[in-house]
Amino acid sequence: MSADGNGTLLEASHVTKTFGGLVAVNDVSFTVPRGAIVSIIGPNGAGKTTFFNMLTGLYKPTTGQVSFEGRNITGKPPHEITHAGIARTFQNIKLFRTMTAVENVQVGMQSRLKSGVVASILHWPTQRREEKMTIDKARELLDFVGLRRHYELSASLPYGDQRRLEIARALGSDPKLLLLDEPTAGMNAQESEELRGLMETLRVERGVSVLLIEHDMRVVMNVSDHITVLDYGEKIAEGKPEEVRTDKRVIEAYLGSQA
Amino acid sequence: MSGAKSGAAALRSGFGSTRDLLPRWAWILIFLALALLFPYLVPEILSGGSGDDLLDASVNTLGYVIMALGLNIVVGFAGLLDLGYVAFYAFGAFVVGWLGSGQFEGVNLDFITDVPSTLPGIHVNFVVIVIVAAAFTGIWGVILGAPTLRLRGDYLAIVTLAFGEIVPRVFENWEYVSNGRQGITPIDRVYFPGVGELNYPIELEGIYYVGLAMVLITLFVNIRMRDSRLGRAWIAVREDEVAAAAMGVNLVRTKLWAYAVGAAFGGFAGAFLGAYRNTVNVDQFEFGFSVFILCMIIVGGMGNVAGVILGAIALSMLDRFVLPQLNDIPDKIGLEFDLTAVNFGIFGFFLLVMMVLRPEGFIPSTRRRLELHSGDEVGDVAADRSAEVAPGEALYEARH
Repeated sequence: MSADGNGTLLEASHVTKTFGGLVAVNDVSFTVPRGAIVSIIGPNGAGKTTFFNMLTGLYKPTTGQVSFEGRNITGKPPHEITHAGIARTFQNIKLFRTMTAVENVQVGMQSRLKSGVVASILHWPTQRREEKMTIDKARELLDFVGLRRHYELSASLPYGDQRRLEIARALGSDPKLLLLDEPTAGMNAQESEELRGLMETLRVERGVSVLLIEHDMRVVMNVSDHITVLDYGEKIAEGKPEEVRTDKRVIEAYLGSQA
Repeated sequence: MSGAKSGAAALRSGFGSTRDLLPRWAWILIFLALALLFPYLVPEILSGGSGDDLLDASVNTLGYVIMALGLNIVVGFAGLLDLGYVAFYAFGAFVVGWLGSGQFEGVNLDFITDVPSTLPGIHVNFVVIVIVAAAFTGIWGVILGAPTLRLRGDYLAIVTLAFGEIVPRVFENWEYVSNGRQGITPIDRVYFPGVGELNYPIELEGIYYVGLAMVLITLFVNIRMRDSRLGRAWIAVREDEVAAAAMGVNLVRTKLWAYAVGAAFGGFAGAFLGAYRNTVNVDQFEFGFSVFILCMIIVGGMGNVAGVILGAIALSMLDRFVLPQLNDIPDKIGLEFDLTAVNFGIFGFFLLVMMVLRPEGFIPSTRRRLELHSGDEVGDVAADRSAEVAPGEALYEARH
């Protein structure tokens, strides 16, 4: 279970993001070791999602640097970051509602496909093979996350399945690092447990590292190798689950100061 | 109130259940056969002058169908509201004006035509011209699309509207390329080696088949692109730009392709209409034309290829045939105006009726229908429909 010795996959150093006068993330440094499951926790508004958005290129950090596998990806557009090997899900589900589950995952594969426009119009054999491959792979990924209604429009899937589809779609890009933004929000205990199992399988069978934002402490404490705690945009603690659990500042941030 | 509602429901379900009567390929064969036999069916239905009028309207309609299919890529697939599509019509039409007329007197260049070589100007074969027109206009689609990439919705619409005004005005004032308000005329007739020069406007069958072939090429490219990796990216961008980017869709490239392909079809059709009408004149490139093509898409069913074709045929035939035929009706009942003079008022009325009864168009795409009916209306639509439509469809509506 340990994540030692494999090197660093993602490194954020002294990352700051300000919106006008508001400092959403302040000087946060942070690493994800290869093969690890790492969590970011913190009260609402602590800057977790802002931090995610900087890692995936949706926001450009005001200062600081993000590097992935040793390459600087700070301020790169989202599709290049996806191509480099980071995929994500969204806290407020952002599926392509009028596409089927399979089509959603096919869009997720976009950065790995090569067919050009002319090949698509003329249906060249390479393009036909690639299309067939995407469908097979999409269905395999949907099976992997446990979604059975492959050809249903994503908008008509039940909530839990939509969350699963978000993960399958992100996996479509063959990521090395998967960013999950509150994946168990709105799930019941059993579904959360299934998801925890899924993350373990991802790491063991597919070598995908996971960076998790999560409010469900049972999931976080069970699955994480390492936890970083943010509060008001600043890193207030980090360490192994048992260390963070007993950290005084973390308890203060969550429960308020007792002084 | 309830009468109107059930009427609307019947209209909504009508097309869906008819469509299920035959398999898809059978429908395609039927429509293809009808389109091929059409010039020979016309004299059977209408004799004399109105038969010729109908065929003339049909040739124009073929051009409009291509444009509607092109604009549908930009607006229907990629969700980029473009109100300046007329600019691409202008580019395409001027290409045929430049390469198939005596406009440039200083040059004398002939390529596979039967124009006497003593005539000045550039005279290139029509097939070459339409390819050049599509490529040239496609490039302009990218040039005009590039500055708008960061804009969405209303803002995008206003900027594209401005481009739709700028382009014709530039042509109007740049007399060297456009001949100013006189326009470029005459345009070389369409010529094929072995067939000879087509004899329109006296015999319209030949040019009709040229137009039909161009529609089929457009349709083929349209469907292939829709079902490709790029087509999925277009729909993803329309649905949620942020999510699409995060899934690896290159927003810049995806949008520029939509502009390029959409514009290229505008130029393709523009060259055809320019050649058929034998004149290229800036008066043809008014803002109203952009709206006219957009209306075809909305009425037919945005995003759905079959719907867009139907919408284009309906509106274009109304404009080019039905209204002129009924032109003197107001006069007969003592009103002093022509029906064609108020054509836009009539289109507006039909658009209004459509928006109330069937906002998703004649033949909506399943995707669009979901977008328009995912709100409060779903309950009563589902209730209205459950009795009268195919069970599969009712289930679909009720489920979300």
